[in-house]
Amino acid sequence: MKPLLRIEELSVDFRLDTETVHAVDSVSLTVEEGETLAVVGESGSGKTATALSVLRLNPEPPCVYSGGGVFLGDRDVLKLSEKDLRGIRGNEVAMIFQDPMSSLNPLKRVGVQIGEVLRRHQGATRSEARQAVLPALREAGIPDAERRAGQYPHQLSGGLRQRVMIAMALVGRPKVLIADEPTTALDVTVQAQILDLLVDLGQRHGMAIMLITHDLGVVAEVADRVVVMNRGQVVETGDVLDVFDRPADEYTRALLRATPKLELT
Amino acid sequence: MTELSVGAARVPTAASGVLRTVVTKIVTAIIVLLCVATVAFFLVRLSGDPVKLLLPPDATADQEATLRASLGLDRPLITQYLDYLAGLLRLDFGTSLVYDQPVADVLLERLPATLQLAAAAMVLALVISVPAGIIAALRRGKAGDTGVMTGVLIGQSTPPFWVGILLILVFSVQLKVLPASGYGTFTHLVLPSITLAAYSVAVIARLLRSSLIDVLSSDYIRTAKAKGLGTGGIVLSHGLRNASLPVITVIGLEFGSLLGGAILTEQVFAWPGSGRLTIEAITNRDFPMVQAAVLFFAAIFVVVNLLVDISYTVLDPRVRLGR
Amino acid sequence: MTAITVAIPTGRARTASPLRAVLRNKLALVAVVVLALMLLAAVFAPLLAPHDPNAQDLLVRLRPPAWMAGGTSEHLLGTDQLGRDLLSRLIYGSRISLLVGASAALLAGIIGATIGLVSGFLGGWFDRVLMRIADIQLAFPSILLALAIVGFLGSGLWYVIIVLGFTGWVSYARVVRSEVLSLRSREFVTEARAIGVGNVTIMRRHLLPNVMAPLATIGTLHVASAIVAEASLSYLGMGVPKEIVTWGAMLANGQLYLGTAWWLAVFPGVALMCAALAVNVTGDVLRDVADPKAYRR
Repeated sequence: MKPLLRIEELSVDFRLDTETVHAVDSVSLTVEEGETLAVVGESGSGKTATALSVLRLNPEPPCVYSGGGVFLGDRDVLKLSEKDLRGIRGNEVAMIFQDPMSSLNPLKRVGVQIGEVLRRHQGATRSEARQAVLPALREAGIPDAERRAGQYPHQLSGGLRQRVMIAMALVGRPKVLIADEPTTALDVTVQAQILDLLVDLGQRHGMAIMLITHDLGVVAEVADRVVVMNRGQVVETGDVLDVFDRPADEYTRALLRATPKLELT
Repeated sequence: MTELSVGAARVPTAASGVLRTVVTKIVTAIIVLLCVATVAFFLVRLSGDPVKLLLPPDATADQEATLRASLGLDRPLITQYLDYLAGLLRLDFGTSLVYDQPVADVLLERLPATLQLAAAAMVLALVISVPAGIIAALRRGKAGDTGVMTGVLIGQSTPPFWVGILLILVFSVQLKVLPASGYGTFTHLVLPSITLAAYSVAVIARLLRSSLIDVLSSDYIRTAKAKGLGTGGIVLSHGLRNASLPVITVIGLEFGSLLGGAILTEQVFAWPGSGRLTIEAITNRDFPMVQAAVLFFAAIFVVVNLLVDISYTVLDPRVRLGR
Repeated sequence: MTAITVAIPTGRARTASPLRAVLRNKLALVAVVVLALMLLAAVFAPLLAPHDPNAQDLLVRLRPPAWMAGGTSEHLLGTDQLGRDLLSRLIYGSRISLLVGASAALLAGIIGATIGLVSGFLGGWFDRVLMRIADIQLAFPSILLALAIVGFLGSGLWYVIIVLGFTGWVSYARVVRSEVLSLRSREFVTEARAIGVGNVTIMRRHLLPNVMAPLATIGTLHVASAIVAEASLSYLGMGVPKEIVTWGAMLANGQLYLGTAWWLAVFPGVALMCAALAVNVTGDVLRDVADPKAYRR
């Protein structure tokens, strides 16, 4: 099966005043339909920069895409025009971010923010959008959808806010979903719920999910395959069970060792 | 130099909480005005004996005593103060020593001219500074930004009354297209309002620029981009909407500064407004007038600020709705 | 009981060298040079001015600047209606502007910093009352206040400085207070309190050095606005006694001769603008150095 997302030898540099940082160095990975790929690594490993590259969301004055390509089907995202690129964002490919409080506009109602996707990509009118966001909210597990749609981000709990982000990402029925540390800012009890929701929705809609995380526990829970990154490079790729059982790379082994395990005494 | 004052941000739990906040603010405003009135009262009496200043140097002691009694200045200070406060409640501000008319009448007669000038300047300032601030924020670090910021720097450093003098030199004396002074038609309003607006343009443009830059670098803008929204839509719908909140507060404060600046501008252009009247009053030692003028200007400022403060409470849903 | 001396770090923020910052930015360099020149002119006025600023010579009244027709090299920038040399008056005028600007800013800074320190550190009702007073103070358009005071008290250099100082403290107080509020809970303060260091000492030794940077920034900006405020007062005829040369009074005089002798109204204004610009740019650079986060570039 042809992968929905194919990153080939991607290199991303950040040109700062004093130096150039090679945030992403010849990274290659693929994500198939219905599959959840975890990209794991410490902070600074380049995983977020890689994720942002899929929609070309890296801030472009310091950032330069110095090599390789990001392919959706046959098209290279890095070479698309602004217009085509905007057509893809929120539509074919959607992204959710780490901190739902800062990622939502505090001055706009939640329903309106979700509706923006429909108004942009499906030409919905304001009232059409208002109705169409309700099923998206319910699908994301938000009870009392009508009331919630009229609320502002600060009126919702952290878990609910992330569900709103998920609803916003999914309302356009994207083929590829990129989730950048979606549970890091949440309570431990809520984390599991959100992860389950993501996986469930992914399978239901046949989406390819690229999950960025530093938490190996999350990887073990939900991922089918895993890519391990260190200092901008891919050090290991494979099925989750294989990599966890028989890690080929020294760095991967170190990561696994560092993960606290529950000991039964 | 203006200050950013957002007051104590109270977080009410419902609409009644908003009402409570509004009422509190109104009460505070009244107290502030009372304090201003008191300060004005004592201020004016700081200079020593107003009676001596009003009389020619060769006046006799008798004449002095008569004048003092007629002005009610021979009574103890406390009595004068309480009389003054009582008068304020009756909206009686005393009689002008120069015009021999109720002070309130004279002031009110001239007030429209000042308000017209301040309003025209505010509108002009907004019309110039808002686009300038947006351009500077969007073209940050490039030519547009540098140009705007240079303008801001010059605007904040140039004495406003000199701007007026220069404008008169160029447009009235050399080019002869606009009048140098006087009141009545639109052409009379042009130069004074440009002069008065100059400083405010700089302050507002600078603030809008930095506020917009802040907002545009926040996470929710990245989310908006990730949804496929275009630059125009993002700047207007998300950027400006969020960036304008702190600017609105400053606009209120700027209006106060405009009132102060109007005093100077009126002098430069011989504009028949309350500002010029106040200066006359000070020069002539017409202290009932000065007292009232200080109170008037402060009152306008306090009311405008109150409105801006309340509007902020209403506009920001985080304050309005709370948790 | 043995006295235990503990070296408590004062938690001084590391700031970049101002000198290097100035050298990096050419505009700032120009500004600082201009400022230095003005200071020199003010201090050495009697040596630099070609004429006595008050000397009248009706034979050369209303002469234009030297490069124009009718000008003489005796009076490089021309003369006024009493034959007084404009350049000399400009040089002497700088004394008042810079003196008032600096003194008013210093006074306002001392008042404001003290209030801000105490208010922020002690908090409680004291803080609330002081901040309310600050709000009330802002309710006065300051020029009106200055006018009323000076107008009634009479002209005098010190009156002007005191008035401008007493009306300008609010910005300093606000900035210092917010710094103190954020520093108050930091380790070096709680450590000092824990071993019983008195409040005043804490404020003086630990908090004050940390607020110097934002204070200096507000201070330079205030100098610029004090210079303009003084000029405004002089323009209106109130402020410094009329015998002393001020740029503001020169402008008021010059306005009367706009049709015939434009240089009388233009050059004092240029001097004012240059002074304010130089000070403002220096202030911007200081802010850049002190707190790059706060500097919007």
